[in-house]
Amino acid sequence: MKFGIVRFPGSNCDQDVFRAVTEGLGREATYLWHKSHDLQGVDVVVLPGGFSYGDYLRAGAIARFSPIMREVVQFARDGGLTLGICNGFQVLCEARLLPGALVRNRSLRFRCVEVGVKVENAETPFTSAYEEGQRLVIPVAHGEGQYVADPATLDALEASDRVVFRYVDERGLATDAANPNGSARNIAGIINEAGNVLGVMPHPERVSLAALGNTDGLGVFVSLARAVARSDAEGLTAGGARPAGVGS
Amino acid sequence: MAETFSVEVRITPRKGILDPEGETIARALENLGYEGVGAVRAGRLVRLEIDAGSPDEAHSAVRKMCEELIANPVIEDFEVRVEEGVEEDA
Repeated sequence: MKFGIVRFPGSNCDQDVFRAVTEGLGREATYLWHKSHDLQGVDVVVLPGGFSYGDYLRAGAIARFSPIMREVVQFARDGGLTLGICNGFQVLCEARLLPGALVRNRSLRFRCVEVGVKVENAETPFTSAYEEGQRLVIPVAHGEGQYVADPATLDALEASDRVVFRYVDERGLATDAANPNGSARNIAGIINEAGNVLGVMPHPERVSLAALGNTDGLGVFVSLARAVARSDAEGLTAGGARPAGVGS
Repeated sequence: MAETFSVEVRITPRKGILDPEGETIARALENLGYEGVGAVRAGRLVRLEIDAGSPDEAHSAVRKMCEELIANPVIEDFEVRVEEGVEEDA
């Protein structure tokens, strides 16, 4: 299996994701250049953090129209596993693959800090390696991370367990003090309706190597590797009985 | 015959969307002693020149650009104003 990491002009977490995948997880990764139309047969597409196109106009607004995004959008619509981290989350919202938008932090300050993040839904291809309710410590680093959507959209996200990560304090409570950017309902990460596209503001790739002193983020990549292995197994047995033990 | 129109797009945070920038400006004005300042909303101005057959055509072309790129309708309202005939094509 192979992870593809999109490089826009201004991406700056691409190498962190590469190392999280190749060293933390021990799988193959490749960079996908923004001007290319070739996804190189990857199993997972990652839109990394950074300041694509200088955040001109709105964060993620220009990246959305990069040549590679035509293939990424198609890949995501076809059910391909797509992970957007920070700026990548902003791009996914701008591309309308995820609802809502990310606007200026309520404090107006760029926040670069470790935050408590609770896994609200551990039954996704991005979080199966975690326990539901598990509290992780993951850094955020953004100026535009305040998640907003109309109340009906927020209600629908919550009702369908699509809020995957939430900012919480040490006790696991979603308080205002634990919310680094003023996000609606402390939302830190959401998934699309089909369950194959995740956007998350905190940076799991920055806490995926033991040398960094924290591997709380590695579970996202472990979960993705599992999900790919499972779908490969299903593909091999398509039309036949599913072998026992696969998918557990 | 095509004319060049100057078109102004005013983009403001949608009603109901928090505008921390506007709120901060309002607070700063209050701190400076200005009284009677109500809600402040901060937005963005985009001015573009466009060739079109008529003001209406220029207006609808820019409207489409706003919906696709210049504004994000999820969080922003926009207003398009066409100023006529900046430079006529000879």
